[in-house]
Amino acid sequence: MSTELRTPRLSGSARRLLVHGGFTAIAILYVAVLVVAPLIGIAWAALRGGLSTWTATLSQPDVVHAYVLTGIITAITVVVSSVLGVVVALVVARDRFPGRSLMSAFVDLPLAVSPVIVGVMAVLLFGRGGWFEPWFSARGIQILFALPSMVLVTMFICIPFVIREVVPVLQELGVSEEEAASTLGASSWQTFLRVTLKNIRWGLLYGIALTTARAIGEIGAVLIVSGSITGKTETATLYILRAFDQNHDASGYVVALTLALVSIALLVGIEVFKRREERKLRT
Amino acid sequence: MARWGLRGTALLYLGLMIVLPTVVVVARGFGSGVSAFRDALTTPGAQEAIVLTVVLAAVTALINVVFGTELAYVLVRYRFPGRRLLSTIVDIPFAIPTLVTGVMLRALYGPISPVGAFLGQHGIQVIFAQLGILLALLFVTLPLVVRAVQPVLLELDETEEEAARVLGASRWLTFRRVVFPKLRPGIVAGGLLAFARALGEFGAVVIVSGNIIGKTLTAPVLITQLINGGKPEDAAAVATLLFGLSFVLVLVTERLLATGRKETS
Repeated sequence: MSTELRTPRLSGSARRLLVHGGFTAIAILYVAVLVVAPLIGIAWAALRGGLSTWTATLSQPDVVHAYVLTGIITAITVVVSSVLGVVVALVVARDRFPGRSLMSAFVDLPLAVSPVIVGVMAVLLFGRGGWFEPWFSARGIQILFALPSMVLVTMFICIPFVIREVVPVLQELGVSEEEAASTLGASSWQTFLRVTLKNIRWGLLYGIALTTARAIGEIGAVLIVSGSITGKTETATLYILRAFDQNHDASGYVVALTLALVSIALLVGIEVFKRREERKLRT
Repeated sequence: MARWGLRGTALLYLGLMIVLPTVVVVARGFGSGVSAFRDALTTPGAQEAIVLTVVLAAVTALINVVFGTELAYVLVRYRFPGRRLLSTIVDIPFAIPTLVTGVMLRALYGPISPVGAFLGQHGIQVIFAQLGILLALLFVTLPLVVRAVQPVLLELDETEEEAARVLGASRWLTFRRVVFPKLRPGIVAGGLLAFARALGEFGAVVIVSGNIIGKTLTAPVLITQLINGGKPEDAAAVATLLFGLSFVLVLVTERLLATGRKETS
């Protein structure tokens, strides 16, 4: 009996090393082929043309306008969805009322709905024959093929990110610190700023980073509602799409690489900050 | 007072931004009854596009369920140099604009690159083919599965596995009988999320697919073509169909995650 057990055990450590090594290799290989190789591909394609392609692309007025438009839409989306996102997170995490679970289901809805469908929703609401079209057109306010609809669809798509990052933090925190603060005489606003906001800041920041990345990269919904008018409603992503349609591939690769770099910088920056903070907490 | 203010603001925000547009699509889509769907399906290319989208999304979800679970397991259980880097790289598809994902694949597998040229010589076409769409969908949905399985794995109590091992169960048997049943809700939820996401993906697909009707034209791309072609009614019908599918998927996933949470707590 004892020898039977011992034999597999001895070869077991060697086999475990083999299994661990094998599984780790599969994991690394999958990520390398699926994610890393295309990253190298775009870096190669964008840098291949040399500096002149970059200066020629980035000095085009259309490109500059596209970047600015993407920046404006992203800024508005980030501000609105983080302020209101924190409000919704507080309600979802703390408040108890009938329909609360339905509320959190609706929060997740934009994650599952195709951006293209979001665009169609906006057309149904604000387009010809839409519910709100008479009211806005009577006042001469242009929604479709203009900034308002582009901001609205981007906001819809970005709603879940801040909420989903902040809710778990709030649930874990509990309310004891806040109660202590208010017992010690802090106003509810002071308590929020000094205690709640301070405690959720990493979750909030992570949510903001995800929102920013998503807003910068939005294409499907924006394509449908904007009409993609060059120099007017063309965002950076819409520019890339047009560049490839019109066989200006070199410019497309350059702008695409800049967007990729911004997004990765956001992600890595937040990771680094998060780790530094974790280390601070531990020591 | 403050509580009602918060509650009211939250309800108003979600009500106007999410519930209202959802109601409009459902009302418009189902308002005209079944005929709208018949119209949607008789639109040229629609039937093929919907079938292609569903099949590719299913294949994507299956592949990523296998490799995503494996990745989550490796990330949680093994210690090796570069583990944190691997974990960060897994999140990259969350951050990168979907359209840029398509551009990346085009750069790597397009005819201008050595890789694309090499594959082309051996008769493998990636760009403007279904393989390209599949790669794009796999890229975009990978973190969804990994991040759905990972927290469940982290919470697992390893003593049960040790007990199974001590009692003589093989590594594979332990995984199948002890680990897998606990992971199942997370795996299924991750798979459904990946499926839903792949159904609706536009940005990553549009630039690699070439949009050939019946071959590489997916439903989301078809919807944009219909809108651009001045047929919002047809677009709305196809969109409603796709929306109905995603909506059901979200409800199922929520249920699964809720029961999963109840079981672990």
